[in-house]
Amino acid sequence: MEVFLQTLVSGILKGGLYGLIGMGMSLIMGVMGIINLAHGALMMVGMYITFACFTYAGIDPYLTIFISMPSLFLLGMLIQKYTLNPLMEVESILPENQVLMTVGIAMVLTEVARFVFSSDYKSVRTSYSGDTFFIGDISFSVALVAAFFIALAFTLCMFWFLLKTDLGRSIRATAQDKDAALLMGVNSKRITILTFGLGSALVAAAGTILMPVYYLFPDIGGPFTRKAFVITILGGLGSTVGAIFGGLTLGLAEAFGATYIGMAYDDMIGLLIFILVLLFIPGGFKRLLKV
Amino acid sequence: MRKYSPILLLFILILFPIAVRDHYHQHLMILVLMWVVIGSGWNVIAGYTGQVSFGDAAFFGTGAYTAGLFVTKLGISAWWGMLFGGIAAMAIAFPFGWICFRLRGAYFALATLALNEVMRHIATIWESLTDGMVGILVMQTFVSKVPYYYIALGLAVISVIGVQIIMGSKWGYYFVSIREDQDAAESLGINTHYYKMLSLNVAAFLTGMAGALFMNYMGFIDPEVVFSLHDISIMAILVGIVGGVGTLYGPVVGAFVMVAVHEFFRTGFFGFFKGIAALTGSDMITVFAKYVMQAHVLGFGILVVLVILLLPNGIVGDWNLIVKKIFPVKTREVTS
Repeated sequence: MEVFLQTLVSGILKGGLYGLIGMGMSLIMGVMGIINLAHGALMMVGMYITFACFTYAGIDPYLTIFISMPSLFLLGMLIQKYTLNPLMEVESILPENQVLMTVGIAMVLTEVARFVFSSDYKSVRTSYSGDTFFIGDISFSVALVAAFFIALAFTLCMFWFLLKTDLGRSIRATAQDKDAALLMGVNSKRITILTFGLGSALVAAAGTILMPVYYLFPDIGGPFTRKAFVITILGGLGSTVGAIFGGLTLGLAEAFGATYIGMAYDDMIGLLIFILVLLFIPGGFKRLLKV
Repeated sequence: MRKYSPILLLFILILFPIAVRDHYHQHLMILVLMWVVIGSGWNVIAGYTGQVSFGDAAFFGTGAYTAGLFVTKLGISAWWGMLFGGIAAMAIAFPFGWICFRLRGAYFALATLALNEVMRHIATIWESLTDGMVGILVMQTFVSKVPYYYIALGLAVISVIGVQIIMGSKWGYYFVSIREDQDAAESLGINTHYYKMLSLNVAAFLTGMAGALFMNYMGFIDPEVVFSLHDISIMAILVGIVGGVGTLYGPVVGAFVMVAVHEFFRTGFFGFFKGIAALTGSDMITVFAKYVMQAHVLGFGILVVLVILLLPNGIVGDWNLIVKKIFPVKTREVTS
């Protein structure tokens, strides 16, 4: 029973973070209709910013959110403006050119990081990285709990932004129907640029709050991109509520898989869920929840 | 000229190992020919049928592992893998396509990506069969590279001619119609699911054969090499895109360009900087050359970005555009 509860707790804590990662991807997917395979690489850039700030300037990793998020917001906007938007106007046989472009961008980002920081494993060790507290017999890692609540706060902020502000409404309108939104006077090009920036900033936040308990190397983007698209598919493309449920499901499935089946199958479980969801509920949770 | 250039190219390729005795360049040409086969396979499913596959490594690795396991488990020659590797890849492609072709566009691309990852995990975890991360080591049949070269050339020629025959037949027209508009094709009475399956199986067969060739030639495989997303699946897409999507000779040009560029960056412009550094004795250039060689994957990534931005239909697809850019048509000025 204790093992079960402990697994449940660690799954939920991990799931909150995954939700934040998936939400950024989901936003980009919804507005632009493409899979952003550079998502993990953007997270990696955010993590390196945190690492650099902590190591060279001694700033607390949680405070570096205020540096990593704006810089990734800018980077995301530049990527969208100068590499992805020009592709919309070009005639080509395959519509997947934009997806391939994100692969190229991911390669460039990863290699630049390797060039600057080398391939060595890096980590941020703070005084509270290893701290835990107990409720009953269940141990909670302080850093993971903090990460969970920060992720929750960002998620709530995102909801408020998408539901209550004009800009948020324009983003949702563009995601629902680009042409109709254009006719209603929404500058859809500006919206795509902003959305990519927002998505990048969200994933940077996730990377930053993960830093105190995780390690870092240039190729870390790949596994997280994979996780992000599993979450996005689970939640239903373009659905932010779905992304949170998708994140929680993936977190729980990974935790239970690692405890009861074996550590080696950790990645496999996510992919199996992915294929099963594609087959049986192709719309993801969005379809089931009608949100 | 256009009509005879393929025959001329083939003639040059046949004479190549006689003219160039250097092992390094022969090795590069074998890789180019292998990529021609993989690129042609990718082109059938993605370029002609429009179902972009991000998981060619699944078929490539299956072919390679089939050839390897023939030696380690059954004790027969790995060359049998050339045929059975392709068939094994089809055995993977068949159930996968059966299930996943109900998905469209980006969803299908994601499913192929997942297939790639699942296959890599299976090869890693199923240690009793595949030896996991240890990989499979097979003795090479020939010491010289020339026999491998001609086998690879034969395979490449077969795949290009095979694709040409398929695309000239009724199948080919059905494939293209599915790419252009699946719903319209369906409403005209084409069984799109069936023809997409056919297309995927052709692609899987070619890619599986290339995988078996890789096993025979390299003599060593492990899951990270043959099921690699970056080095196989993405490279296959790049070969297709750079050469030209949906063109017969696109993969040929693409394979040549991609392998050349890869080596070009990896060796620091073929030792160009090292030569200059030795000539002038300047330390700065030596350091610079070292950085250039370290950044070879970066150069690769930048190339990808540039090609997609500037040549969305590839070198063969946009050939007329390139010619126009380089040799602008001279118009005579009319003076009154």
